[in-house]
Amino acid sequence: MELTFGATDIFFYVFSGLALLFALFGVVLGKNPISCAFSLVLVFFCVAGDYALLQAHFVAAIQILVYAGAIMVLFVFVIMLLNADTKSLDIGRGKVSQVGAGILCLALLAMFVWSIQHGTVATKDVGLTPEKIESLGGNLMVLSTQMFSDYILPFELTSLLLLVGIVGSVALAKRRVETK
Amino acid sequence: MSTTNVIIFSTTLFFIGLFGVIVRRNILVIMMCVELMLNATNLAFVTFARQMSDTAGQMAVFFIITVAAAEAAVGLGLVIALFRNLKSVSTEDIQLLKE
Repeated sequence: MELTFGATDIFFYVFSGLALLFALFGVVLGKNPISCAFSLVLVFFCVAGDYALLQAHFVAAIQILVYAGAIMVLFVFVIMLLNADTKSLDIGRGKVSQVGAGILCLALLAMFVWSIQHGTVATKDVGLTPEKIESLGGNLMVLSTQMFSDYILPFELTSLLLLVGIVGSVALAKRRVETK
Repeated sequence: MSTTNVIIFSTTLFFIGLFGVIVRRNILVIMMCVELMLNATNLAFVTFARQMSDTAGQMAVFFIITVAAAEAAVGLGLVIALFRNLKSVSTEDIQLLKE
């Protein structure tokens, strides 16, 4: 369902503003890892809201299930396991490198924003408008049809990747390396 | 909610993540900042999918999310192995090649 123009805009600015706020002051400048992790969950929820506003409903659901659910549980579990609550802002290497990193990031951001605002918008149109997707059976129907026809090879390779990931992480976590 | 605005938001999120990767010293927080950057690129994919009335961008996001999940699992396995040997999660202490 397409919201009216004004409402979509307001929701977009609220979600984006909250996401940027939590990302900068929660994750990057957060004091202990647990608060960073929970700020990151909030960022994921805000980005999921943006996906829903962009008519990508299934991606929004997957974002909450996989990112805010599975991946963040893994992070919080490892923080708990390692008991790595440092309670201090561990920004090291002195002021110079911090200011340098800040200037570098701001300069790159300014360059990107400038080129985005002065570029031309892509005009290619494949034709799967929200109305067309609605008539084909909805977002999830269209995506799943594509995934099991056009994208079947990447899909199978993904399952191989996940298998490698499982075996690799078990092997890494179990192995005991002797140093010195 | 024009494409330009969403792309600017996604770029800002990406550089906040990059800033975190550069300045933080806790390896867990560095991995969280990498997830932040991956999210920013996902948002750009979905935005251009809407711009071109296509779903290929949304398909790319699925594969990125899967790769991110595998990356988080392997990366956290590495962090556990490192912590077992070095008793630390700070990148300042990970300098085995220097010793």
